[in-house]
Amino acid sequence: MHLEYFQLVDRIVDLDLGERTITVEAQVPRQNTIFEGHFPGYPLMPGVLLIEAMAQSSGWLLIALTKFERMPFLASVKEAKMRSFVTPGDLLTINVRVVHEGSGYAVTEAKIRVNGELRSNATITFGVIPFPNPELRGHMEAMATRIGFPQQAASHE
Amino acid sequence: MSSTFDQVATIIAETCDIPRDTITPESHAIDDLGIDSLDFLDIAFAIDKAFGIKLPLEKWTQEVNDGKATTEQYFVLKNLCARIDELVAAKSAGA
Repeated sequence: MHLEYFQLVDRIVDLDLGERTITVEAQVPRQNTIFEGHFPGYPLMPGVLLIEAMAQSSGWLLIALTKFERMPFLASVKEAKMRSFVTPGDLLTINVRVVHEGSGYAVTEAKIRVNGELRSNATITFGVIPFPNPELRGHMEAMATRIGFPQQAASHE
Repeated sequence: MSSTFDQVATIIAETCDIPRDTITPESHAIDDLGIDSLDFLDIAFAIDKAFGIKLPLEKWTQEVNDGKATTEQYFVLKNLCARIDELVAAKSAGA
């Protein structure tokens, strides 16, 4: 998890295009300036960053489903629940499934677990549009390689 | 048609917190009801689910942007419901 660059997903563990699901892992750093303020003497991973982690995980799944032709952008978050604290050093396992693929949008359900325990979940809607420029697409492809995106999922058929 | 309209009007009322009795077949979703694009995503999701279809929002938007269609053709509710009925019929025919 590179909080400074807002890159929260460390690796893709499983990607199933048929079932439209993804599982990723994200390691919450033990130390970060965020924890100095949130909160002094009681460091917690901010809930908004948990939502962002679920959104980014969803995003990789949607990019896979569109074969790197489209980029999802966060549109709305519903039913986001922070069920218990996430603390520095926790390893997040994030499961996402696509609930619906509409025309130019998609809806996902995401869950964050730590050691098998559900810590957070949300229903998230994305606008899904063609990559606005080659630079962004190239950047996402490079990041995909870094987090272990299955190459066969990116192939253009 | 009336059944489709009733369902769509209920979806809009519940999704956008608009009084149900202000929604008529002549209402323009954008101009009269003030529904913005983000709220319309929620409506589209609910319609897609309720009718088992996929509203071609991108195609419609493109046609409007290209001047090949007017927003009234897709976003006045009686017209939207007619499009929904067509999509449902096409799906049934293709099933």
